[in-house]
Amino acid sequence: MRRQLYEVQRAMRSRRETALRRGVIAVLDIGTTKVACLVLQFVPEEVGEGVETRPVLRQGAFRVIGAANTRSRGIALGEITAMDECERAIRTAIQGAQKMANLRVDHVIVSFSGGRPRSYGVAGEIEVENGAVAERDIGHVLAACDIPEYGHGRDAIHALPVNFALDHRSGLTDPRGQIGRSLAVDLHLVTVAATPLRNVLQCIRRCDLELAGVVVAPYASGLASLVEDEQELGAACVDIGGGATGLSIFVRRQMIYADCVRMGGSHVTSDICQGLQVSMADAERLKTMHGGLVATGVDDREMIELPSILGDWDHDRRQISRTELIGVMRPRVEEILEEVRARLDASGFEYLPSQRIVLTGGSAQIPGLEMVASHILGRQCRVGKPLRVQGLPQSATGTAFATAVGLAMHVSHPQDECWDFEMPADRQGARRVTRALRWFKENW
Amino acid sequence: MLPVKTPRRDPAPSRLRYRLTRLWLRPGFRRLANFGLPMLAGLLAAWTLMAEYDLRGRAMLAFERMREAIVEQPQFVITRIDIPDVSPDLAEQIRVAAFVDLPASSLEVDVVSVRARIEALDAVERARVRAPASGVLEIRAIERVPVVVWRSGPGLQLLDPAGVRVAEVDSRLRRPDLPLIAGEGAAGQVPEALELFALARPLHDRIRGLVRMGERRWDLVLDRDQVIRLPETGAAAALAHVMDLQAAEDLMDRDLTVVDMRDPRRPILRLGENAVAELVRVRAMVAGEDA
Repeated sequence: MRRQLYEVQRAMRSRRETALRRGVIAVLDIGTTKVACLVLQFVPEEVGEGVETRPVLRQGAFRVIGAANTRSRGIALGEITAMDECERAIRTAIQGAQKMANLRVDHVIVSFSGGRPRSYGVAGEIEVENGAVAERDIGHVLAACDIPEYGHGRDAIHALPVNFALDHRSGLTDPRGQIGRSLAVDLHLVTVAATPLRNVLQCIRRCDLELAGVVVAPYASGLASLVEDEQELGAACVDIGGGATGLSIFVRRQMIYADCVRMGGSHVTSDICQGLQVSMADAERLKTMHGGLVATGVDDREMIELPSILGDWDHDRRQISRTELIGVMRPRVEEILEEVRARLDASGFEYLPSQRIVLTGGSAQIPGLEMVASHILGRQCRVGKPLRVQGLPQSATGTAFATAVGLAMHVSHPQDECWDFEMPADRQGARRVTRALRWFKENW
Repeated sequence: MLPVKTPRRDPAPSRLRYRLTRLWLRPGFRRLANFGLPMLAGLLAAWTLMAEYDLRGRAMLAFERMREAIVEQPQFVITRIDIPDVSPDLAEQIRVAAFVDLPASSLEVDVVSVRARIEALDAVERARVRAPASGVLEIRAIERVPVVVWRSGPGLQLLDPAGVRVAEVDSRLRRPDLPLIAGEGAAGQVPEALELFALARPLHDRIRGLVRMGERRWDLVLDRDQVIRLPETGAAAALAHVMDLQAAEDLMDRDLTVVDMRDPRRPILRLGENAVAELVRVRAMVAGEDA
């Protein structure tokens, strides 16, 4: 089971390499409220002869040449509920981005926000074979990790080696070449429910695209919205999306925790819809135009005309003050944030050296969220827009596009995962021919 | 099963449309559709059209008819070939060589090839062929003028100053007015031969001809089997020397067979048999008187 999954991940990895060599790859953020697609063009890496011609700065440089987003359909809580509708949404986004880029994309990297991601910290330890740590030692130590029973219906989606320790010298990111006797690793394993993930893969396949990777959505938003210091010193990224709120914690540039609260902006909308007796579309409009979280005296006087259901202007007219609207929205946001706090507490976030919290995602645009968040989470919070990416249109620079931009960054600077390392021979008997070929390739 | 409730179907490309768009974004396919297919269609259309025998035949026939109608206009008909300023004999030759069937159309007569055929004649140096609109094909030919008769191998040929053959004659007596040259390679040295003949004008009635010896020098042959051997270079000067001697001392009227000027510093005479005997006798007489 597990080996098979690694095969799938390896296949995706090789497809990503193909796409990078071709220079064009698409990233697709399948969210509950919108499907966003960015087409990235990579600067081809020049193979220079001398050291001085090595393009260090341009390595991994890319620009966005196509961007499109559309309202998503058939998706609830980040999971596909209606395959056809979801496929239509993906087709729309892909086609729009392709049209803007005027390029056909074949490979796509998808973010996955549903499926109840669960994090596991896993440790493994081995004796180093030949004094210095070699690539295969890392493979060995990763293979020696004691993988917990994460359940039958779940798949590992990330297995990130976040920390290496060599003879009780901890905090190494890359122990290769160092001298030591015992090598230990801390592996961050993220699993998601298998069925929703399979649905996403099926959906991509039905769009004639090749899947080059699946990234859990909070990880991508964290990559995009946390600045380097925050990633280094420790910060949490709270991606309040439409149907689910993702949570990822970073320290020393590694994601050490990912979780998901299955509530988001659409719940706020449905609260408004029910509380104020308006239609869903009107509720969404009210939320975006007049929504807020902190009521002031001015808001008592600011009256909002509710759209009438019957259309009878004489008898069916309602007005509410903005305070009322805030009163409807705030409890739900507070609930979400309290849930986030519970998850943060469970993850041991308070032991990190720095405890910044960055709010992003579409719902982070609600005015006053920062204040409420710092009130509830009790820490310094900020609303984080995704980092600037070359060629990104202005319309796609908001917080709602953090996941898409994060995916792009993940593609350009991929994190080594467990399956990027050579597994020891006893674990892959059927791959001898491949290994022989690889040996030839390396030695000639 | 209740259908999934969709508030409003958002516009989305159908699967076919999506696939077609993706296909269209393929550069190879786009090139094929933009250039390959129209070209193929055009070729196919032209081919099927031409494959209809009837149509093609009719087209060819119409074209042919149109062409004939133009060609047979009376303005273009040539009724006469005009060859001014050449001997009747050569004119006849040119007329045969021009190979034009009268009446012909001036559009169909290929004047360039006519000219080439005429210039291929030996006796014609240059030719100009014109077909002015008056129904006359005008051929202006410049005859080659023979200056020497060349006896080479089996026959006698007339040569012009450049050494080009003008005609062949069966007997020397047909052109007794022209000087005779003989020997291999003589044709290439006609100007020098003419110069030598001019120098030898005082012996005009006694000259039989110039013989090219070994393709490098001349022998001037007179009657009574007298020969003046000339050097390879400076032949004219040597002959002038001999002519001076002739003018001063009637050298060639004496009984000698060979004047050898091949080494200009040491001319050699070979006497006739009677002269040698006479010389011996005179020498003996002189010796007797002395004794």
